[in-house]
Amino acid sequence: MNILRLFRAYFRISLMGEAAYRINFFIQLFQSLLELATSLTGLTVVFSYTGTLGGWRPDEVLALVGVYFLVGGLIGLVIQPAMEEFIDSVREGTLDFTLTKPEDAQLLISIRMMDVWRLIDIVMGVGVLTVALIRLGEHVGAAEAAAFGLMLLAGGIIIYSFWLMLATLSFWFVRAENILQVFQSMYEAGRWPISLYPAWLRFALTFIVPVAFAVTVPAEALTGRLGGLTILGAVALAAGLLVISRAFWKIGLRQYSGASA
Amino acid sequence: MNGIRELYAQQFKTTFASMLQYRASLVIWMIGHVLEPLVYLVVWSTVSNSGGGSVGSFTIGDFAAYFLLMMLVNNVTYTWIMYEYEYRVREGNLSFALLRPVHPIHSDIADNISSKLITLPLMLIIAVILGWFFHPTLTVTPWAIAVFLPALVLAFLVRFFLEWTLALSAFWTTRVAAINQTYFVMVLFLSGQMAPLALFPSPVRVAAAILPFRWMISFPVELLLGRLTPAEALTGILAQIVWVMIGSVLLRIVWRAGVRVYSAVGA
Repeated sequence: MNILRLFRAYFRISLMGEAAYRINFFIQLFQSLLELATSLTGLTVVFSYTGTLGGWRPDEVLALVGVYFLVGGLIGLVIQPAMEEFIDSVREGTLDFTLTKPEDAQLLISIRMMDVWRLIDIVMGVGVLTVALIRLGEHVGAAEAAAFGLMLLAGGIIIYSFWLMLATLSFWFVRAENILQVFQSMYEAGRWPISLYPAWLRFALTFIVPVAFAVTVPAEALTGRLGGLTILGAVALAAGLLVISRAFWKIGLRQYSGASA
Repeated sequence: MNGIRELYAQQFKTTFASMLQYRASLVIWMIGHVLEPLVYLVVWSTVSNSGGGSVGSFTIGDFAAYFLLMMLVNNVTYTWIMYEYEYRVREGNLSFALLRPVHPIHSDIADNISSKLITLPLMLIIAVILGWFFHPTLTVTPWAIAVFLPALVLAFLVRFFLEWTLALSAFWTTRVAAINQTYFVMVLFLSGQMAPLALFPSPVRVAAAILPFRWMISFPVELLLGRLTPAEALTGILAQIVWVMIGSVLLRIVWRAGVRVYSAVGA
């Protein structure tokens, strides 16, 4: 409950900060719509030449695009801005102020900074997902929906832990943001079903940069492509990474000497 | 003229030194530039696999050759000036460039070419490795190779002038991200990055032929793949020359107007 309360508070602060620059809302809206239009046009071109793409029907790929925007929006809303802010604060020594607060420092650095207008991407992702679901109709039952929710949660945790571990590296290497940029360019590959890619790329997108768990696996759950074993595996991985990233964060924190203090 | 040559030589050295210093950025940049054509190559290979081995006039091997060549030509003509200018104007760094006795475009051209001297060999190696995975089919005619080089140089100039001019929009607004994104979407579809232009419906093809995008990336590739007749190749070269001229005139006009409104924000 504490998490929710803090999240709400930080969200309000970010929103108030941004409310002064309302034009940013329209710019983000324009950019998000353009991005969506690009994605949909790409799909239209591809599906004008084929009925299914590697076994995926058009509406199933549409659902994938919805998940892509939803998860991309979540990352852009809180994970990415917060982690970038955290890396900066390690370099500049301002992490001191966070450490002196009575709340858990990992929680604070994870939600301290938000890019509120990226909510647009989340709303758009949900919209696309809804349209895809209506068109898929009877193919999606309660079991698929439950598996989807579970996989979305697991994917979110995996992505968060992944970013946290990379950001924690900044306690040792002061310039760590480079690694985070790699994630951005590899995330783009998640627009299409990972199963299309050659094995080596699939491996990289699953275990080196967990794009597959964030986007493809939830979409697969929704379209009934997931076996129980994969679901169990994803949940176990999420739980494992959450514990490991927490431990890694604590080890890293011990390295921190406070540049300004 | 001697001064300009020295400027180029000096810029080469500076760019080399800074690129060797920031090796990590180089690798990150390359991942993005390799992954994008690779994704579309995989998508189109999948489509042609389910369509009996080809899409339109493109076989799987043709797609491999097309997207690997697109990757290389894109590398040659690519610029990052649009990100750079916003920063220069916002931070007021442009003031120093304005004090120099030569046009600031020269140091940008030199910077671009010298960084390509480092990235192009790396991209060639990557293309060879990917070629080993994806089996491109490519038969080139001697005349196509002869026309390819001038077409590539012209493609570089068309793109450089156009993007340099567009970058100057930073003089009027400090939020260029939306403009840049709009531009990149057009490049994605109309320069053949997403799919060969031959696969698009004819209104799109006409638009691509009238606008400068096809002449920046796709045209040299189509030429090497042997998809153009000598007459079409000649028309293409002419279109490129026209766009270089339009681009250089636009550049001059916009630059003059822009420098007048520049007040060194933040300086």
